[in-house]
Amino acid sequence: MKEINDLKLPEDVKYSKDHEWARSEGDTVTIGINDYAQDQLGEIVFVELPAVGDAFSVEEEFGSVESVKAVSEMYMPISGEIVAVNENLEDAPELVNEDCYQGGWIIKVKPSDPGELDALMDKAAYLEMLKG
Amino acid sequence: MRYLPHTQEDIREMLAVAGSPSLDGLFDTIPDSVKTKHGLNLPEPLTEWELNDHMEKLASENIACKGYTCLIGAGSYDHYIPAIIPYLVSRSEFATAYTPYQPEVSQGTLQGIYEFQTMVTDLLGMDIATASHYDCGTALAECALIALRKNRKANKIAVSDLVHPSHRQVIETYLKPTGYEMVLIPHTARGLTDTAALEAMADIAGVAVQSPNFFGHIEDLAAFRKIADSKKILFITSFTEALAWGVLKNPGSFGADLVAGEGQSLGIAKTFGGPGLGLLAGTSKLMRDLPGRLVGRTKDTNGQDGYVLTLSTREQHIRREKASSNICSNNGLNAMTAAMYLSTVGKIGIREIAQLNHDKAVYLRSALTAAGFTPVFDSPFFNEFVMKVPEGFKKKRADLIHRHCLFAGLDLTPFYPELTDHYLFCATEKISRQQMDQLAKEVA
Repeated sequence: MKEINDLKLPEDVKYSKDHEWARSEGDTVTIGINDYAQDQLGEIVFVELPAVGDAFSVEEEFGSVESVKAVSEMYMPISGEIVAVNENLEDAPELVNEDCYQGGWIIKVKPSDPGELDALMDKAAYLEMLKG
Repeated sequence: MRYLPHTQEDIREMLAVAGSPSLDGLFDTIPDSVKTKHGLNLPEPLTEWELNDHMEKLASENIACKGYTCLIGAGSYDHYIPAIIPYLVSRSEFATAYTPYQPEVSQGTLQGIYEFQTMVTDLLGMDIATASHYDCGTALAECALIALRKNRKANKIAVSDLVHPSHRQVIETYLKPTGYEMVLIPHTARGLTDTAALEAMADIAGVAVQSPNFFGHIEDLAAFRKIADSKKILFITSFTEALAWGVLKNPGSFGADLVAGEGQSLGIAKTFGGPGLGLLAGTSKLMRDLPGRLVGRTKDTNGQDGYVLTLSTREQHIRREKASSNICSNNGLNAMTAAMYLSTVGKIGIREIAQLNHDKAVYLRSALTAAGFTPVFDSPFFNEFVMKVPEGFKKKRADLIHRHCLFAGLDLTPFYPELTDHYLFCATEKISRQQMDQLAKEVA
């Protein structure tokens, strides 16, 4: 497993305490799990996705990732309606391991309260949390 | 199972390790006030032959199906069990009550269960089958829960009122603490589930239909698939008579999403109505939603076939309260029995046995009709059918049990109060033409 200082934590996304990331892209926000989460889980074999049109509130469970070791729930970093899911993950769940911030994105959400993004952590705050 | 008693020497050694001077010393921590002061009130010991006599007397008080002719099915069927099955299944290697979690010491059992799963998928035409459940009722209730989890916006599950009454009760019990609701779909004058009533229902996550249904009739599963598609809900089908699939088009070919079934007909004795064998199969799309054990085949480090429990991440020992079910287990020994039965009769054998069941049921129905009984429904059936009985039948039926050791049908009134004087009959391969003719003569 990676040392904290080796984790890839880009500056252009926000982080939640449950190790999801969120990136604002115009009207929508793209969401995935971060490098720390994918590294802890190990080889990911299945991603359970919500349906387009489903609405969730912040911190509500929206799906799960299954690795060879465990299944972990994913929680909404912000409230909103699902406008797209990454269908490539159905056949290639390993994208989450290989490229968690780009090809391994999980959902796109139309936020119900864009202000919620500001409540998430930036890289520095998230690193602080990890180091505890 | 091996029974190895402890010798005095063994006991001494163990007490020395435990640091206790005597066996009674092991129980010192239990307060005297709750210990029995005098011995247990038991009869004197018996010799082996006295004990055998005693047990046989007790056993003979049971009315078991051996020695009786049973024309009742309704969820538990009187089929012939080939002699090879009790012989094989009583081998001590199979005598385990529980799931083999240790593949390194359980390859035989795991392979047996894997083959059971494969044969169940073949029989039902489904992609994947679990390593079994308690019985059809619990398997069906799990299917209802899957549908409710998959369609989170809906709150109800539609269940045909021709699903076995006990299975409907199990669903109700499972749903009670969840806030979900079971809504019943009524049946038509032909003894079939009412498709129009289903079409009018809203807020449902899935539909469950039994075929052959509780009256024995074969439902139009294609019609239910169509309605399920239009409502975007899961289509669940159940059955109590597994041998029906020897001749009928299987649930998979109608596009069922989930199938729950009773496997008792596959070589398992009726024994007071249990234990049964719950079959549960689904499409591969629902693979991760199925509750319970699944055995998979893989390669070991030497490249040889090996068997192991798989997809365990859905299960309670890993996922705790998030598991797909925390109230299920598999019926390992009965699953093994069913695998033995299916491989004994084979693809052609099961077809022949199923055809015999149907032919005998058709014969019995016409013999009873000639004897003054009224066939109630005109729908196609497998080996069960409903008859309105003539006056005085109830007394004759009681008489037949005592004089001829014969159970002539099941009174439907407790289950469907409007069906007074209606009885559900079943004929299996075991009943002879002579027995059927004699019955018709007795009740005419």
